[in-house]
Amino acid sequence: MKTGNRPLSPHLSVYKFPLTVLMSITHRITGVALALGSLVVAYWLASIAVGPEAYANATEFLGSWFGKLILFAWTAALFYHMSNGVRHLLWDMGYGFELPTSVLMNKVVLGASAVLTVLVWLVA
Amino acid sequence: MSLNTPLKNARGLGSAKDGTGHWSMQRLTAVALIPLSLWIAFTVAHMAGQDYEAVLAYFRAPFHISMFVLFVFAAFYHGALGLQVVIEDYVHNEGVKIGVMIVMKLGMALLGTISVVSILRAAFGS
Repeated sequence: MKTGNRPLSPHLSVYKFPLTVLMSITHRITGVALALGSLVVAYWLASIAVGPEAYANATEFLGSWFGKLILFAWTAALFYHMSNGVRHLLWDMGYGFELPTSVLMNKVVLGASAVLTVLVWLVA
Repeated sequence: MSLNTPLKNARGLGSAKDGTGHWSMQRLTAVALIPLSLWIAFTVAHMAGQDYEAVLAYFRAPFHISMFVLFVFAAFYHGALGLQVVIEDYVHNEGVKIGVMIVMKLGMALLGTISVVSILRAAFGS
């Protein structure tokens, strides 16, 4: 069988990722990051249970620039994973597979996660 | 007529070795986590910078305790289900996979338990 110069299925190293693809893998990456971030949740809660000194230490760490960086990444990951998760639930119900809808949903998910992240840091 | 053995039919298992349990629990916890994590994120952000007494007072309200415990259950369960899929996708050596899976599941159970016990201790004292 002659195959000629047929286009091959995506070689990940040479393939320009469309936004939809990037957003799909970002869902998984933010999911893993949030699972790792559960360490921070458990640490913060445990520090409250241990007492005022432990809580003061936790507050100092989380209030440092590195702590704030972790918290900012955590909130951004949370709201992205949540917004894109709603999209997954819509897919489960059979909606949103058409290309124009998909392109629109990219923007809605990115916009919603950005707005929620900014809002939560305005409250803080 | 089914080609499955009667035992296979009785168990209702497909090639994935388990039924729809993983899939449906992932979705159920996902739906629960939408309101729960929105609520947690905004109330915790609101507490930023407040002193220890204010945080303890927060954890004394029964509604706050309930929401936080529900959040921890749903979040750690959802996280364990998600990490399970990631491990299944990328770890191909069966022995390593089982080892990593055990560490991950026990780790999530440990962190979840620490979180719930901490909430209850903050709420009810030691």
